[in-house]
Amino acid sequence: MKVQMRVNGRQVSGEVEGRTLLVTFLRDGQGLTGTHTGCDTSQCGACTVHVDGLQVKSCSMFAAEADGAEVTTIEGMANADGSLSVLQQAFQDHHGLQCGFCTPGMVMAAATLLEQTPEPTEAQVRHHLQGNICRCTGYHNIIKAVMAASGQQVTQVAAE
Amino acid sequence: MPKDGIGASTKRREDIRFLTGKGRYTDDINLHGQAYVHFLRADVAHATLNGIETQDAASMPGVLRVFTATDFDGVGGLPCGWQITDRKGQPMQEPKHPIMAEGKIRHVGEIVAAVVAETLDQARDAAEAIVLDYDELPAVIDMKAAVQEDAPRVHDDLTSNLCYDWGFVEENKAAVDEAFLAADHVTTLELVNNRLVANPMEPRVAIGDYAAHDDSSTLYTTSQNPHVIRLLMGAFVLGIPEHKLRVVAPDVGGGFGTKIFHYAEEAFCTFAAKQLKRPVKWTSTRSEAFMSDAHGRDHVTKIQLALDAENNFTALRTDTYANMGAYLSTFAPSVPTWLHGTLMAGNYRTPLIYVNVKAVFTNTVPVDAYRGAGRPEATFQLERVIDKAARELGVDPAELRRQNFIRKDQFPYATPVAVEYDTGDYEATLNKALELSDYAGFANRHAESQARGKLRGIGLAHYIEACGIAPSNLVGQLGARAGLYESATVRVNATGGIVVMTGSHSHGQGHETSFPQVIAQMIGIEPDQVEIVHGDTANTPMGMGTYGSRSIAVGGSAMVRATEKIISKAKKIAAHILEASDADIELKDGKFSVAGTDKSLNWGDVTLAAYVPHNYPLTDLEPGLEETAFYDPSNFTYPSGCYICEVEIDPDTGKVTIERFTAADDFGNVINPMIVEGQVQGGVAQGIGQALLENCTYDSEGQLLSASYMDYAMPRASDVPMITVDHSCQTPCTHNPLGVKGCGEAGAIGSPPAVINAVLDAMHRAGKPVAHIDMPVTPAKVWAAMNA
Repeated sequence: MKVQMRVNGRQVSGEVEGRTLLVTFLRDGQGLTGTHTGCDTSQCGACTVHVDGLQVKSCSMFAAEADGAEVTTIEGMANADGSLSVLQQAFQDHHGLQCGFCTPGMVMAAATLLEQTPEPTEAQVRHHLQGNICRCTGYHNIIKAVMAASGQQVTQVAAE
Repeated sequence: MPKDGIGASTKRREDIRFLTGKGRYTDDINLHGQAYVHFLRADVAHATLNGIETQDAASMPGVLRVFTATDFDGVGGLPCGWQITDRKGQPMQEPKHPIMAEGKIRHVGEIVAAVVAETLDQARDAAEAIVLDYDELPAVIDMKAAVQEDAPRVHDDLTSNLCYDWGFVEENKAAVDEAFLAADHVTTLELVNNRLVANPMEPRVAIGDYAAHDDSSTLYTTSQNPHVIRLLMGAFVLGIPEHKLRVVAPDVGGGFGTKIFHYAEEAFCTFAAKQLKRPVKWTSTRSEAFMSDAHGRDHVTKIQLALDAENNFTALRTDTYANMGAYLSTFAPSVPTWLHGTLMAGNYRTPLIYVNVKAVFTNTVPVDAYRGAGRPEATFQLERVIDKAARELGVDPAELRRQNFIRKDQFPYATPVAVEYDTGDYEATLNKALELSDYAGFANRHAESQARGKLRGIGLAHYIEACGIAPSNLVGQLGARAGLYESATVRVNATGGIVVMTGSHSHGQGHETSFPQVIAQMIGIEPDQVEIVHGDTANTPMGMGTYGSRSIAVGGSAMVRATEKIISKAKKIAAHILEASDADIELKDGKFSVAGTDKSLNWGDVTLAAYVPHNYPLTDLEPGLEETAFYDPSNFTYPSGCYICEVEIDPDTGKVTIERFTAADDFGNVINPMIVEGQVQGGVAQGIGQALLENCTYDSEGQLLSASYMDYAMPRASDVPMITVDHSCQTPCTHNPLGVKGCGEAGAIGSPPAVINAVLDAMHRAGKPVAHIDMPVTPAKVWAAMNA
């Protein structure tokens, strides 16, 4: 079947099977390989994108279900001039990533949090990121990055 | 001096691509005409495989070919890179490790057949049409049951399920036993080091490609060491000479050891691509990863510590069963032996040590190195038995350790287990950790927890590790079938920019940022003039890759040596142009000058002269400015540290919460503190995962019960606290040019015993004197122990 959607502000379309997942459509169909697949039980969150403004694990949604939707992936998160957004910059500034594989999902999830809760507490950040697994950082610097992106002083967060 | 030289917390340049979705991981690569493979994996642990019916599958839409074990005539088994010699001087038992099950299935997840099709869905659909004819056999899962005489054999052609019975140091055994007879106090502890799955977030991927025009093969793979894969797969499995085989490991999404090894899927994709004249791609699902990535740990140990009347450690002996799984993974035999037994002295002066390890085959996934590899197992048992001894003797666990430390003035220190520590200051890290954790203020915090109806405990652990693996001469004597040097080519371009081609591999460690900091410091240019190339055998010198916290200690040293050659040659060029003697040329801040004069040349003037040799000493020097160095260390490095954990336990549920965690490490000199701290935080989180959450578990029939993230509890954001890290106690390594020791594994080594010691301390203070509790300390286990 044919699906069409807006991805990062661009109208796209493609042929998919009924069983084609949204993450597969984005990666293989659109070449948007920033969205990653880290598990097959919708636990890890590496495939997190935004669909019509909602935070969605794109492995838990069929491409056909996103027909007509507005989708944003990590490739659509930088500023218009290509520079890093405030949130992305905070991840670099606070070393909130190592291997980078979970990072797109972390950024997409954190962006939703900051939209809903402009100044989250440490506990709120941790709670919101429960569905995103990182194996490298121990979360320490991810928490710092998200809080810093919200304009808070992160030195008060860290026990260092 | 560059502003971002050695010691600067330079932001990582690789982050830009990762944060914008521009990383290039192996699964992001798609080759023209690519076909997909789906592996049919065994769903029983042990069976005789009578036949495989593939005809129906082969005729399904899109299927290009179905492969079974009979299709690999002339193909070798997956090699094991380390041979252990047992207590009697005999080589270990080493079974064949075929690419696919040959006549017998030996673990759940073993590959039985492979379907290659036009699309992945077609391959999966067709695999369902394959019919296996097998007779299930009783499985051996428990290690102690596996070594009984009447146990079913994992390998019919071996004499037993015992891979080896290793004693170390065998000559010390009688003296150790005598010391135990003479001891004033003996503390005994039996414990399990739980089986883990490394779980880098990027599952493994392999893409094989074949070029008929020059009969060459390329493998794209998620590897920590592409040259090692090229050597093992080319020479031992597929018979492809190295000049006809290229292995590329691009951005790799975490490794933690499990991406060191050569896997069947890599060999299959390379083989099938040549057979089919099409690129063949495999992307592991997470479920496949759980039953095909090499697992970690899985030791069962009895440890005994002997003390004299003054509480000095007089002897130590251990008896360990180590699970090898069904086959020997690439470096599996070395983990419970040379990476474990040699660390049993820890930070202490114990004069007599004997370690016995029985490595056992079982019907489980192969077990190999996982972050720390042998050293976490050594540290856990040692730091647990010391804590138990302190409790039995009624002394402060910190003071018992302090009393028995190797003292600062005793280095270099030769342990009774064959290694010589070059430097260290264990009291310094102990004192630093006690200070940062506010050890003295614990009583107040305990009272506050108590007032809320909670238990609170504090635990500490020291660790030492042997890193930078390793001197080739030494590991060769110990059974390694590889050298363990590292390499770097430093190419200076005409306009002064530098490209470093390193044999080290970065899969999260930030080499693209930290390695240029070193060169920038040496030459006096900015790091952004230096680019790092790694992960492709076609454009990097033969290197052994990244594991064992070795990149900066060994790979960085190779880069320093190559850069020294560059500087030496550049000085000669400068001397010629400035009409001075080489010896009078100084390089400072990127400028060559003649000592005592105002004559100087910029870095770029000299590099240009090397490539535009108009006024150039051609009779003495070749044009060009490119040097290669191979660095083979003279010893391991020995990072050490003290970790302190503070927990709270909810007595109603048994849930353990980590309230504070402090890590004081001695890594010697530090290149990029930000990256080092990130490594420790990540390692500690993995250690906390082992201590509280993670457990890879099989039922008695060999079914893997923890085969997804629904069953295997990965640490999530709410499971770990903020982690206080400090690396200000620095005793630089004495035998490498940067004085660095390595920091990648420390966190995972030092944290599990600190957590368990804290949990037991909390129970003890609450009047529940539990002697030991095995990891992971789940709420159910803690509650049961407290209410026993």
